[in-house]
Amino acid sequence: MTDEIDWIDRAGARAKGKRPAYFDAPEQDRTLSIVLALVAEVSALRERLDTVERLLDAGGTIRRGDIEAYVPDAITGRERGVLVKAYIARVMRGLTQEMEAMATLEPSVEQISRELRDL
Amino acid sequence: MTDVPPPYTAVARHGMSPTPDHDEAARFNFLAGFNKFLSAGIGAGNARAYENRVLPAFKSEHKRDPADRFEIRHAMNRDPWHRFWSACKRNSMEMRQHNGRQMVLRQLDELDGRAALYNADRETLVLDPAVAVPRYQRAVDIHCMPGSYHGEERLGDVSAGANYDCGIFATTGGGLGALNDGGGAALVEWARRERPDWQPKRILDIGATVGHNIVPLALAFPDAEVIAIDTAAPVLRYGHARAQSLGVTNLRFVQMSGEALDFPDNSFDWVQTTMFLHELSGTALPRVITEGVRVLKPGGLMLHLEQPQYSDEMPLYEQFIRDWDAFNNNEPFWSAMHGLDLKKIMREAGLPDVFVAGVRAVVDESVFPDQSKQVEDHGRAAVWNAYGAWKPAAA
Repeated sequence: MTDEIDWIDRAGARAKGKRPAYFDAPEQDRTLSIVLALVAEVSALRERLDTVERLLDAGGTIRRGDIEAYVPDAITGRERGVLVKAYIARVMRGLTQEMEAMATLEPSVEQISRELRDL
Repeated sequence: MTDVPPPYTAVARHGMSPTPDHDEAARFNFLAGFNKFLSAGIGAGNARAYENRVLPAFKSEHKRDPADRFEIRHAMNRDPWHRFWSACKRNSMEMRQHNGRQMVLRQLDELDGRAALYNADRETLVLDPAVAVPRYQRAVDIHCMPGSYHGEERLGDVSAGANYDCGIFATTGGGLGALNDGGGAALVEWARRERPDWQPKRILDIGATVGHNIVPLALAFPDAEVIAIDTAAPVLRYGHARAQSLGVTNLRFVQMSGEALDFPDNSFDWVQTTMFLHELSGTALPRVITEGVRVLKPGGLMLHLEQPQYSDEMPLYEQFIRDWDAFNNNEPFWSAMHGLDLKKIMREAGLPDVFVAGVRAVVDESVFPDQSKQVEDHGRAAVWNAYGAWKPAAA
């Protein structure tokens, strides 16, 4: 472990160059950063659990070092890639469905409701 | 079959690779998947927002089409979809830096120690503290990389190079291959196809950073003397150690500016830049090219690998989306550079017959993605144009 520098502090240094504001309120930008960092951590946690499960399957018992040293083979790597993809699809559902919605011009369900009432 | 990036653990290890712990590898795996989601998954949403509402609103307001990519950007930056997508993408870039730096900095003692072993008293690493870091490298931290290529966490460290190298996987989803050298491997393939019997004796790579694209050339032409220059010492230290650990002995890393090459006229058979020209400035770019032509032997090759230049034939929307990194990922010369007429600049520097060739990353496709089958991540895909010319033989 590096002890001459505070690696946790330095790793989080900001990049020089004014950051674009993506939303009207700065707290929205900050909140999204936190949410996405959490999304990433849950993914890492899920992958760790997958590793534990696979090691238990293979050997029945494990040590922490086994987890850190674990290298998936090509098939397992793919399976885990698919898990991540499906996970991202679940977390990002709102964005994906908004994109899908942009492809059509739809009346509101309220409007359809009024139409059906008189149909 | 579901298209997913390979795991980070499939990346090749060399003597300077930081050792990822389980969760560090998992974080890069997430980012590789997330970047793929943002480009291949929902990137098309930007075009949809543009066609369906941004462009119609623009036309209704201005009674005309947008005149250039900048007008499109200003209009798109007010669109809620594009804003949210951009915010996600910016965060993924920042998270890639943060994750890479956590992995590298926690083991920096170990990495610096290894670099010291590879670098001590080697004639193949020539650092010159008198070489200034140019303004175009200092103005902002390029691609949101804290400290850019020249930053140091402590005097003489390799953190900048190690972080840059390890995280390329995350932003490209493994698109540059096991050693991030898909660009260099593509150069070798191109040269072998174009001039099968050509054996360049001296090769110069300008703006080499960690040398990932020049190592394949040095290995492919073992009898050539290969020199990689950069203004940033930290990436040269790392790059030299990395190359040594890969067994490359004919490659020298020299701290030098491409604007003032300390080499005689007509002294190289091949002068190369790879994804470098966009990190210069309006005056530096022609200077680098002119210097490169000066040191190039008659009959020698100058080649620049870059993302495609913008032209009148390229739709304005595509120019706009390719410009994303310029304004959102700290690439301040990207937009202006891609609008330049590179062929004209090369002609004016003394290379009358400029050609443009399409080149894509050469990777081990059993593990890493075949770039011709990928949905393009505009501005980041490992599919490039090579702008090249053979210097005319002396009259």
